[in-house]
Amino acid sequence: MNAPDFPDLSRRGFLVGTGALLVSFTVPALAQQAAPAAPAPAPAPAKTSPLPGSLADTPSLDAWIRVDADGSITVFTGKAELGQGTKTSLRQIAAEELEVEPAAIRLITADTALTPNEGYTAGSQTIQNSGTAIRFASAQVRQILVAKASDKLGVPVDQLKAQDGKIVGPNGASAGYGELVAADFLHVDAAADTRLKAPETYHAIGKPFARVDIPAKVTGGEAFVQDMRLPGMVHARVVRPPSYSAKLTGFEEAAVKAMPGVVAVIHDGDFLAVVAKQEFQAVKAMRAMAVTAKWQERAALPDQDQIPPFLEKSVAEIGTVTSVGADSAPGAKTLEAQFTRAYQMHGSIGPSSAVAMVDNGLTTVWTHTQGVYPDRKAIAEMLGVLPEKVRCIHTEGSGCYGHNGADDAAADAALIAQALPGTPVRVQWMRGQEHLWEPYGPAMLTKASATLDADGNIVNWHYDLWSNNHGTRPGSAGSLIAGRLMARHFPPDPAKLQISPLGNGDRNAIPLYDVPNQRVNWHFVADMPVRVSALRGLGAYCNVFSIESFMDELALAANADRVEYRLRHLKDPRAKKVIEVAAEKFGWSNDPMPEGRGRGLAFAKYKNHAAYLAIALEADVDRDSGAIVLSHVVCAVDCGEAVAPDSIVNQTEGGILQSLSWTLYEAVHFNDTRILSPDWSAYPILRFSAVPDSVAVHVVDNPGSPYLGVAEAAQGPTAGAIANAFRHATGKRIHDLPYTRERVKAVLGV
Amino acid sequence: MKLNVNGVSHDVEADPATPLLYVLRNDLKLNGAKFGCGLGQCGACTVMVDGQAIFSCLTPAMLVEGRQVKTVEGLGTIDEPGPMQTAFIEEQAAQCGYCIAGMMMRAQALLEAKPDAGDADIRQALEPNLCRCGTHMRILRAVARARDLMRSKSASMPAAAGRAS
Amino acid sequence: MKRFWMSVVVIVVVLGAGFFAYAWKPAIDPVEPPQRSSFDQSLIEKGAVLASVGNCTSCHTRPGDKSFAGGLAVPTPFGTIYSTNITPDPETGIGRWSQTAFTRAMREGVDRAGNHLYPAFPYDHFTLVSDEDNSALYAYLMTRQPVTKRPPANELPFPLNVRLVLAGWKLLFFDRGAYQNIASESAEWNRGAYLVNGLGHCGACHTPRNMLGAEKKGSHLAGGEAEGWTAFALDANSPAPVPWTRDSLFDYLRQGWHTDHGVANGPMGEVTGNLGRLADADISAMATYVASQMGEPSPQRTAKAQEIRTKLSADAGAVPIPVSASASAETPAGRGAVIFQAACATCHDGSRLPPFGGIDFHLSSAVNAPGPQNVINTVLFGLPAASGRQSAVMPGFAATLRDEQVTDLLAYLREAFAGQPAWPDAADRLTATRNGKYQVSVRPSDGIERGPDNVGAQDK
Ligand code: FES
Ligand code: FES
Repeated sequence: MNAPDFPDLSRRGFLVGTGALLVSFTVPALAQQAAPAAPAPAPAPAKTSPLPGSLADTPSLDAWIRVDADGSITVFTGKAELGQGTKTSLRQIAAEELEVEPAAIRLITADTALTPNEGYTAGSQTIQNSGTAIRFASAQVRQILVAKASDKLGVPVDQLKAQDGKIVGPNGASAGYGELVAADFLHVDAAADTRLKAPETYHAIGKPFARVDIPAKVTGGEAFVQDMRLPGMVHARVVRPPSYSAKLTGFEEAAVKAMPGVVAVIHDGDFLAVVAKQEFQAVKAMRAMAVTAKWQERAALPDQDQIPPFLEKSVAEIGTVTSVGADSAPGAKTLEAQFTRAYQMHGSIGPSSAVAMVDNGLTTVWTHTQGVYPDRKAIAEMLGVLPEKVRCIHTEGSGCYGHNGADDAAADAALIAQALPGTPVRVQWMRGQEHLWEPYGPAMLTKASATLDADGNIVNWHYDLWSNNHGTRPGSAGSLIAGRLMARHFPPDPAKLQISPLGNGDRNAIPLYDVPNQRVNWHFVADMPVRVSALRGLGAYCNVFSIESFMDELALAANADRVEYRLRHLKDPRAKKVIEVAAEKFGWSNDPMPEGRGRGLAFAKYKNHAAYLAIALEADVDRDSGAIVLSHVVCAVDCGEAVAPDSIVNQTEGGILQSLSWTLYEAVHFNDTRILSPDWSAYPILRFSAVPDSVAVHVVDNPGSPYLGVAEAAQGPTAGAIANAFRHATGKRIHDLPYTRERVKAVLGV
Repeated sequence: MKLNVNGVSHDVEADPATPLLYVLRNDLKLNGAKFGCGLGQCGACTVMVDGQAIFSCLTPAMLVEGRQVKTVEGLGTIDEPGPMQTAFIEEQAAQCGYCIAGMMMRAQALLEAKPDAGDADIRQALEPNLCRCGTHMRILRAVARARDLMRSKSASMPAAAGRAS
Repeated sequence: MKRFWMSVVVIVVVLGAGFFAYAWKPAIDPVEPPQRSSFDQSLIEKGAVLASVGNCTSCHTRPGDKSFAGGLAVPTPFGTIYSTNITPDPETGIGRWSQTAFTRAMREGVDRAGNHLYPAFPYDHFTLVSDEDNSALYAYLMTRQPVTKRPPANELPFPLNVRLVLAGWKLLFFDRGAYQNIASESAEWNRGAYLVNGLGHCGACHTPRNMLGAEKKGSHLAGGEAEGWTAFALDANSPAPVPWTRDSLFDYLRQGWHTDHGVANGPMGEVTGNLGRLADADISAMATYVASQMGEPSPQRTAKAQEIRTKLSADAGAVPIPVSASASAETPAGRGAVIFQAACATCHDGSRLPPFGGIDFHLSSAVNAPGPQNVINTVLFGLPAASGRQSAVMPGFAATLRDEQVTDLLAYLREAFAGQPAWPDAADRLTATRNGKYQVSVRPSDGIERGPDNVGAQDK
């Protein structure tokens, strides 16, 4: 995993390198395709471009695949391993089309010096975009190899096939990939048509392959950026202000400098850091510095008990997410409901970290960022250098779940390293720094209203949501904490309302349910007094929670079975299928349950164009303690062709348990000046005693159909299913996330 | 300071008050124990001392002088994984994997003290350790599998059990 | 001579019969479990608040089980008693109890069938509860979710397993009867006394007990014991370095912690949490009453408190290194100082605010207390995290610290933060606590009732 393994391997390195097969497309006119204008709920972007997946942005094959004279195959992806098993899945995909074993593929992930720019590893799009690109590129390379072999062996193409790194033909004719690329040409124009292998011939895709990263992680191998140890490396710790807007009014540099092992004290505006030879020396220096540093604070945070009114009065702009049919429709009944969600944390178990080194003008940063290219741009701007003067190499970190502190830690390291040229600098945040400074998932307010006809069918649907922007990633230097704190005080990027098919605060705001008349609006809140950004699922978590809670209320109003009612309003057979599978495997029924126990189901098609996922679960509610206990959870998911079924199950289980934790416990606390959730004491999350007895995930496979992102698909449906089980168990509905014991007790009374 | 880690004794040049975690990671270059909170709240730093699970982030190295420290590196190697490691690999019990070594060490301590630990014992023992990826179900399965592997091992060949414990 | 023996026999028989007549309690007829509709909702709500004052759920709920289903092991010096199921389940709970039967149990410590109850159920306090409050409690408990569950049989040696013996115990130690206002005191004081000495049964832990497990007369709230923890004196002998005031007592009972006193730990964590349902007026009444029991602090204590305040503000978050503690490895305190600096100071240097940051030990009642037990418990077992709840968390050092290291640390804490010599009985108590001879309940201090998810507790 460690970047120094392949320092020599640079783009120029193999453009001039002989013996390497390079295939390149001519860049099509429409390289960048912009998001279609609102309101159209457009199909997946991949479909709108002539080249599939990320090939649309990076069409040249040599950006993706390299075959060397020794027959070795290297695959490049701009995406990163974030604990979702990408390194394994992408190898499976390339190996499939190149007819080798996944183990034979060397995979190089996100590195601004080596790999294509695939933006962010986010939104569950790795397999959808990078996977698709690598799949087509690999198939194309295979075809070219076959063609080369046909010339070399004088055997017609149709009698040749690729097999274990060789092209073989009748009566023993065969040529290894290596021999073929040794031919004396450097460029081959791509054939327009690329045929993929048929599902029934797969040897790698959909087959269980153990994840390549796990053995190292369970034996103490060097697996994370936190584990990097470069020769001569020193340890840095940042000293953060006590609150977002605090200004540094004084500190005692000399006293701290004099401490054992301290090699530098970095001070730039409100940015403070200490560097020491040994890690614990840095920690002690940081503590000492924290005691001497004096800050001037300012009350700038909203009242945490009045978030809905705060959101309502801070609306900058109203965007139409969709507007279909009439504004209203006659009906028998109209129901309304309002839902809220608190600010919630990523809360990675390992605080953000990075290693940076300045070497004659080039700043190299090893970071667990989700986007090496955007991060490089922001860091370069912060340092006032050209992007080429910064190299960002993705190195695994603790699970990220969205935009956490990774980019900021990278910026910290890069900034500190400038003071110590030639010396690798390792930064790791303390727990409190992670908890207080990471960008949280934004608080949200949603209001739903629907009209039912005489048969209880939905004829009109209005849905309004109030939310910040869920994506404040780099960006520019102003998106980095260091950039904001340093004397130049780069301003945060202005928040813009953007409505795209990918969705942001409005992700999954459009119900997949079939309703003739729909109005969905995003009341955009530009003001961000609490630092926020992308948390797994973005708006989908709260929108699906709201919509699925509301659907249950509608079903009740229509005296319909809650599953039948959903099916009744769905056209898409794949949507119906996952609901049916979940209900059937769960053993859905309307039989009465013991007092305090309930069953709930929820469904969503993530982003309305990614994975289909339904969850059914059973919950016990203890009205006297306010505790909600989940006994068993059943989930059905359809993410198209299942490349690595076990990693789909693994990620979905994880999404369910994480969402369970958000839904039952999590809310960031703050007063008018400071965030008050500095650790796991003040911001508790799921512990083993509250883990369900069983969580069963059923993958509905669709061989041959396009990959659909899955990693975040469970967040919303889990919250919806818990909400609906609670309603079923108690006859009462809680409209606000999280479902704390206090809320449960308040709603149930005695 | 003399520290005995995974059966090997080391001379360590460090302030005796340094938390064991930093000594293991930096002076002994062992990656297993992770920094998660430094507050005894998450268990990412869990290692074993004389058979019991402890938070190495809050344990001054000087307190473990002359005692047996065991880290995940002491459970086996990538080529010869011990039962606990084998179980975690077989169950694919990791997502990001940051919490996993700590989970394994706490589970190891449980199984060494209570080889027939039941599923409820396992849940209760792991309570101090946090996982943010939601790998809990697999971790529970892996520990149960490790228990069974250790049982069968110690039944068949005591030597292996010796290494496992 | 013969006549004499006759009369002796007669007297014995008469006395015996008299005692039996006194001891024998009739069964009260079972009733059909009452419907919720038969109770006024406001009465049920009133009962919920009272039940939280009585801390009913803590003893009658096993961690991981349904509320009020009983079965929690209550260790006593005489043996283990298991709490009963007080859900309205007709077979295994109190579903068939009438109001009269319930009130009798509270007032006299006798169950519906007429059996005497063990005073682990604190009827010596509950007897003070008014009839109105008993009917509210009844309304609340009879409308809980019925759970079918039989607690294990008590583990008591003969003759204690013969309930008739309890009649004798009552004869000696039990004063029956509802609370009577004391005219000379304010209404608020009386309300406080009623709550503290009645349902609140504070004395059950905070008053010392005699050989036979009865609260010592004349030592009201003089300090006692609960589940392996010292329940500090709530009278003039309170060990709090900064004397309690009515206001600090109010805040502490209201929120489960106070800047001058730290976080409620051990069984007290549940108590403060349960009081959450109680109205401010009642909390303040309790504070008023307890404050009156403590009285005005002596001038010396007030002066000492002032010193501490000045010192703390001077330290401003820096780790206090007391002059007296020579950091030499020669003295126990010296060795303890090194351990403190390395293991404790990170959290206990006052840089992280309460309730989640560690207390500065200058303020710690435990360190200033006559006995070491609570410090031993906390050092060994720490504070387990509450599942899904905010709570102070502290790692236990049982596995890390050897016995002599613990006693060194204790010696340092005493010398440095209480200005007193080491506790003489530290080593013995440490051993007894470690080997389980002395049993300690470890609970999360999340300041909540013992909820079904509190598996952090070890009730052994
Ligand atoms: S890092 Fe030691 S408990 Fe969290
Ligand atoms: S696997 Fe990522 S924190 Fe546990």
